Amino acid sequence: MNTMQKVENALADSEIKIGARGVQVYYGTNHALKDVDVDIADKTVTAFIGPSGCGKSTFLRCLNRMNDTIVGCRVEGQITLDGEDIYAPTVDPVQLRARVGMVFQKPNPFPKSIFENVAYGPRIHGLARGRAELDEIVEKSLRRAALWDEVKDRLTAPGTGLSGGQQQRLCIARAIATAPEVLLMDEPASALDPIATAQIEELIDELRSAFSVVIVTHSMQQAARVSQKTAFFHLGSLVEFGETGQIFTNPQDPRTESYITGRIG
Amino acid sequence: MTPVQSPRRSLLTVDARTRRRNAAETRFRAYGIIAVSLAMLALAVLLYSVFSNGISAFRQTFIVMDITLDSAALDPTGQRDPAAMAKVTTIGYGKQIEAALVHALEAKGISSAEISAKDVSALISKESPAQLRNIVLANPALLGSTIHFRGYANARIDGYFKGRVSMESAVRDSNISPAQLQLADKMRATGLMEVGFNWGFLTGPDASELRPEAAGLGVAILGSLYMMLIVLVLALPIGVAASIYLEEFAPQNRWTDLIEVNIANLAAVPSIVFGILGLALFINFAGLPQSAPVVGALVLTLITLPRIIIPARASLKSVPPSIRDAALAVGASKMQTVLHHVLPLAMPGILTGLIIGLAQALGETAPLLLIGMVAFVRDFPAAPPEGFFDPASALPVQVYNWTQRADPAFAERASGAIIVLLVFLLVINSVAIVLRRRFERRW
Repeated sequence: MNTMQKVENALADSEIKIGARGVQVYYGTNHALKDVDVDIADKTVTAFIGPSGCGKSTFLRCLNRMNDTIVGCRVEGQITLDGEDIYAPTVDPVQLRARVGMVFQKPNPFPKSIFENVAYGPRIHGLARGRAELDEIVEKSLRRAALWDEVKDRLTAPGTGLSGGQQQRLCIARAIATAPEVLLMDEPASALDPIATAQIEELIDELRSAFSVVIVTHSMQQAARVSQKTAFFHLGSLVEFGETGQIFTNPQDPRTESYITGRIG
Repeated sequence: MTPVQSPRRSLLTVDARTRRRNAAETRFRAYGIIAVSLAMLALAVLLYSVFSNGISAFRQTFIVMDITLDSAALDPTGQRDPAAMAKVTTIGYGKQIEAALVHALEAKGISSAEISAKDVSALISKESPAQLRNIVLANPALLGSTIHFRGYANARIDGYFKGRVSMESAVRDSNISPAQLQLADKMRATGLMEVGFNWGFLTGPDASELRPEAAGLGVAILGSLYMMLIVLVLALPIGVAASIYLEEFAPQNRWTDLIEVNIANLAAVPSIVFGILGLALFINFAGLPQSAPVVGALVLTLITLPRIIIPARASLKSVPPSIRDAALAVGASKMQTVLHHVLPLAMPGILTGLIIGLAQALGETAPLLLIGMVAFVRDFPAAPPEGFFDPASALPVQVYNWTQRADPAFAERASGAIIVLLVFLLVINSVAIVLRRRFERRW
């Protein structure tokens, strides 16, 4: 790490939302992620970039313990959310996931109505007292996801009937309906056309005002456009982590430079 | 290899290679059509043979006449006391019917001089006196009055009107004579005999070897119904719970693999083996009654469970993992994920498996033979739940039973019973389709 970054990190210490120290992930005997240290700041967009299979999605899934569902997956090291270890034995991943929402690569709305898709999370967490409050949460979430105007007249229509971009925004609305503090996005725009991608990127920038957003992406342009911090992963290791502008204009590590200029990947 | 410059070929002519491929496709399509046609033909032959033999079982020849109930003969004490009246056996009632028949023949001007009185009374089913006795014992006030009586005609007479018995066969038949058949013709012409729909076939109990005309499916239908109820109540929750556990919750280890292999094997175990198990476990060890629907249902449940679990697991497995991820990511627990999202999506497949399992259980015969449901049962089982422990028969067993009997009238009844069984299966499958549609319409 260079000195500038150290200064920057020290300044931002109070705002650190998620801290990872010495994270190792094993799939069976395969050591998929080696010794990752990252601090994710609050109300910032952090992008994870790197070639396929480099472990960036694996690390993302560690942050809300979605890896728990994978048989044979083992996580070591420490990940904290607001200073609390999320892998502590007393932590129920269900509670954690209500605070750390996730949007997946492929839009995966529930095969239910648009309303039900968004209302499901608040309902199971008991966030709304009565129908009126639930309606309000659904409308607010859809508005924040920039989908309200397109679907307000057909909330009872199936969510699976929307276009790909709309489905992905529905998934974002679903994720933010539970009022999470962190939003994890695993290549949220990779299955979408350029127009829908632009909408999602605009949305991510707006969401930054309320959440800490972590986005995995294959598109370096996208990382440069939406993120303030960028982490470059390669072969299961975190190679470089810093300000997005610095990573793209003045990478410290030769591997980062090679990747950004298209020589490896 | 250097690319060969081929001469420009016209699109309008088909080259040899394409022609061969097209021919192969045409041949394959022909094989398919032949296979489907053979299957359709087999089905048509089956349905034709069953229906042509069995449809007549739903129609029956009845003797219709007025009977004046002689109170002196039927209630010697004159007290109208049902206990005392019950001492008069069916023989006493048989005499009443004979007398009434002779009287009716005279009234219609039919001469029966050339036939003995015994042969005349043989036109009536041996079941009729019992039928009359039941009517009278149920309502003693009828004594002394004249009632309108509709009783079964003898099975040979019935067969004559259905074309099974002819004048030529009657000559060689010790049970019927051509003279009796001629008399029957006259009776039918004057309205003393009629052929009509036979509700008794669907509602009546089985009858003995000597009176096929009175044999009905009532006890068998009720027994099958009771068994299906119990199988449904047991197999649905156990089967679905087992599949959900194995598919969604069970750890992936050697025990789970072992259970999985065993379930697959159990689905292939011949059903008669389950019958022996049921006999040993439920009757000899647990002491449950023989011939009871509850035992039959327990055995059928054991047979049906693997047949339900396997398709249920397959349909749970076919729910896309992205739905599970989506639910888990908004903070649903494992149980909520399964119950709110996975199970509803798997429901059409689970239901189809369940209904096919039920339909197979309905037609299962061999295990029921071993637990005594093949017994001759004339008494209807009581209403549930006590009725689950009363002896009963079952539809496929009744078919088996009737095909064992000598009188050709039973062959017709067996086919009739198969028709009833097929109708039941059709109803069950229709329910499956309707339920499937309903669940699928929710996306």
